[in-house]
Amino acid sequence: MNAMTDIEAAGCPSGLAPASSGGGTDVSAFVIEKGGAKTLSLSVRGAKCAGCLSKIEGAVGALPGVSTARLNLSNGRLDVRWSGGVDANTIAGTVSDLGYGVSAFDPDKGDAAAKKEERDLLIAMGVAAFAAANVMLLSVSVWAGHGEMGETTRRAMHAISGAIAIPAALFSGRVFFKSAWNVLKRGHANMDVPISLAVLLALGVSVAETIRGGEHAYFDASVMLLFFLLVGRFLDARLRRRTHAAAHDLAALQSHTVTRLDTTGLAKSVRASDVAAGDLILVAPGERLAVDMDIIDGAGEVDESLVSGESLPRAIAPGARVFAGSVNLGQSIRGRAISPASDSLLADIARMLEAGEQRRSTYRRIADKAVSLYVPLVHTTAALTFIGWMLAGIGVRDALLIAVSTLIITCPCALALAAPVVQVVTAGRLFRKGVYLKSGDALERLATCDHVVFDKTGTLTLGDAELVPGSAPQELVVKAARLARASRHPLSRALVAAAGPGPVAEHVREHPGLGLEAEIDGRTVRLGSADWVGADDVTYDGKLHIWYSEADGQVYRFDFEDALRPGSEEMAAELQARGMDLEILSGDRASAVADVASRLGIEHWQAAASPADKAARLEALRAEGRKVLMIGDGLNDAGSLALAHASLAPGGAMDVSQSASDAVYTGAGLEAILSILDTARGARLRMLQNFSLAALYNMIAVPVAVAGFATPLVAAIAMSASSLIVTLNAIRPSRRKEAAA
Amino acid sequence: MTGLIYLIPVALLLGLLGLGAFIWATKSGQFDDPEGARYRILIDEDKPLPDKPDER
Repeated sequence: MNAMTDIEAAGCPSGLAPASSGGGTDVSAFVIEKGGAKTLSLSVRGAKCAGCLSKIEGAVGALPGVSTARLNLSNGRLDVRWSGGVDANTIAGTVSDLGYGVSAFDPDKGDAAAKKEERDLLIAMGVAAFAAANVMLLSVSVWAGHGEMGETTRRAMHAISGAIAIPAALFSGRVFFKSAWNVLKRGHANMDVPISLAVLLALGVSVAETIRGGEHAYFDASVMLLFFLLVGRFLDARLRRRTHAAAHDLAALQSHTVTRLDTTGLAKSVRASDVAAGDLILVAPGERLAVDMDIIDGAGEVDESLVSGESLPRAIAPGARVFAGSVNLGQSIRGRAISPASDSLLADIARMLEAGEQRRSTYRRIADKAVSLYVPLVHTTAALTFIGWMLAGIGVRDALLIAVSTLIITCPCALALAAPVVQVVTAGRLFRKGVYLKSGDALERLATCDHVVFDKTGTLTLGDAELVPGSAPQELVVKAARLARASRHPLSRALVAAAGPGPVAEHVREHPGLGLEAEIDGRTVRLGSADWVGADDVTYDGKLHIWYSEADGQVYRFDFEDALRPGSEEMAAELQARGMDLEILSGDRASAVADVASRLGIEHWQAAASPADKAARLEALRAEGRKVLMIGDGLNDAGSLALAHASLAPGGAMDVSQSASDAVYTGAGLEAILSILDTARGARLRMLQNFSLAALYNMIAVPVAVAGFATPLVAAIAMSASSLIVTLNAIRPSRRKEAAA
Repeated sequence: MTGLIYLIPVALLLGLLGLGAFIWATKSGQFDDPEGARYRILIDEDKPLPDKPDER
C-alpha cells in the first residue's frame, strides 16, 4: 500500500470521518494463537462506507498468510485470521497506512452473553411473527365468515390456531414468564406480570372456548401481543449491547501495552492488565503511563493534566510516584509498578465511583414510572370488570371472557415500544455525529439537566499551551526555538509551533523542573523558569511564562495561554441562553482558571479543587436541587462524573472517566455538547409524547373492553394500531435543529 | 371447503420454511452487521486489470 501516499487516498473516500490520530500502540500482545492459526481483533475508526470496507479488507487480505479479514462496519471491528510469520503490528500498520485509526481490541466476555441474548430475542421474535401471521390468516377467515361459517369449521380453525399459537407463545414468551416469576417470588410486580398473565389467561380461555365450540378465541391476540413486545425487547437489548460495545471500544482505544523488563533486563511488550505490582516498567519519552509506579531510575518531567488537571508539568526524580495517565516528557524512566489500591488518590476515586454507580441504579426511568402506575391500575380494572359482570349476573364464563379481553387490550404494546424505539433512533443519530451513548436512560437524565459543571484542562481547553500572539518579537521566538526544539516540554513545543521550522542548537541540556541550557557560538543561552534564567519580573496573571536569556544578561519573557477548544465561547453563550447555569471546577491554578472563566463569561469557578472538593461541590449542588451535568476528562474528574446527575467526557479522556460518564463525544470542538443536549431533550419529548399516546389509547380502549365490546377483531386492530402510531412517532424525523446539526 | 384440507397445511409449510430460513440466518450471524451488509453489495469483486499498480 505504499502507493497510497497522497492525502486524497487516506481515510474514508466519502470524507465523512477523518480518522483521528492512531494509538500507535504495540498490538502483538493481543494476538490469540491456537494451533498455528493466529487471530486478532482490531478496532478500526473512520471506516464509513463500501470504499472503506473493500480497501481495508483488500489490503489486509493481500498480506501473506492472511486467510480471513472481515470488517464489521456496525461496530468497527476487524477480525483477522492468519498463519505464518506476518507480524501483528504489520497488520495494524497496513490499516493505519490507509488512513484509519486502529487499536487493539480485547474481546470481552460480557459481549458474548449479550450477543446470545440478542439472538435469542430475535429468534423468539421470528417465531412469534410466524405464529401471529399464520393464526391471523385463520382468524381473518373466521371473522370474515361471521355468521356463515359452520360451527365445525370454526372449531377446526380455532383448533389449528391453538396448535400453532400455544407452542409458539410458550416458546417466545419465556423471557416474560421467567422475569415475571422471578419478581413474583420476591413479592413484587413488574411489567412482565400483566403481560404473562394476559398471555396465559388468553390462551387458557381460548382453549376452553375452542373445546366448548364458542365464537371468540384470542389465539391471534396472544401471539401478536408477544410479537410487538418482543420487538421492543429486542430493540432495547440491541441498544444496550451497542452502547456497551461503544463503551468497551473507547476503553480499548486506551488498551495500552506496557514495556516490562524481566530479571535479565529483556524488554517485552505486555498488556497493562497483565502487569503485577513489583514489575519493572520502562517508559519511553513521550509515552503515556498505563500503570501507577514508583520511579527508581531516571528523572525528568511528567504531564499530569489528565490526572490532576494541572496544566504545568511536574518534575520527577527517583522515589516519586507517578500515575497512569501521565505523559513522560523527559528521557526514558524506569519504575516499579504499584498496585492501584495502595494509593489514597485512586482509592478515593474508586470509592466515589462506587457511590455514583449506586446512585445511578436508583434512578427511575420514565418507563419505570409509567409501569408502576400502570400495573396496579390494569389489574384492578380487570378484577373489577370480572366482579362487576358477575354481579350483573352474566355467569362466570362470560365475565371471565370480558375480563381477559380487558387484560389483553390494555396490554402495554405501545408502552413497551414507547421508550426503546425512541432511544434506538436517538442513539443512532448521536452515533453518526460521533457521540457514543453509554445507556438508554442517559438520554432522559441528560435532557433534564439545568446546571453544567466543566473541568478546565483538556475539556474546555485543548490542554496545549499556545504562545500569546505579540507577546515577544518574532526574531526572539526563532532564537529561543533553537533550544526548545530539543525538548518535549509543552511550553517548548508551543514555542516551536510559533517559530516554525528551523535549526536545533547542539548539546542542549535539559534540567528537569528548571529549563534548557546550551552554548550557541560560545555563549551560554538559557530557556526556562524565572529563577533558572535569572529574571526578577515574576508575575501571576493567569498565563504561563518561560524566560530566555543570552550571555549579555538581558532576559526576555514569553507568555503562553491554554488554548480554548474551538467553539467553546459559542457553546458557553448558547448554554446560558438556554437557561443553564455554568460553572468551572478545576484542579489547576486559580489564575489560569480565572482567565478561562473570564474568556467564556462564566461567573462561578473554583480552582485547585481536589477530586474530593469536586465531589463535595456536586453534592452541595444536588442538595440545592440542581440537576448537574458534569463534563470532564481527567482521572480527578472520574468521581464527580459518576456522582453527577448526568455526565459527558471528551474522546481523549482517561478510560476511567469515560466509563464513569453517560456519553463520550469525539472531535476537537465543543459543538457536540449542544447537539447532545438538544437531541436528548428532543428524545425525552418524544418519549413523553409516546407515553401520552399510549395512555390516550388506553382511555379509549379500556371502556370499550370493560363494556364487553372487545371482540378478538377489535383487540387485534387496537393493539397493532397503537403500536404503529407510537413507532411512527418515534422514527419521524425532527423538524428543526437536528436537521441543521 | 375441502380445499382447506390442502391449503392450510401448504400455508403453514411455507410459513415454517420462512421461519426456518430466518432462524438459520440469525444463527449464522447474518444480522450481526446490518451497517456493513448494505455496503457490501456495492463492492466490486472483479478488480480492474491486474497490471495497474493499485485499485485507484
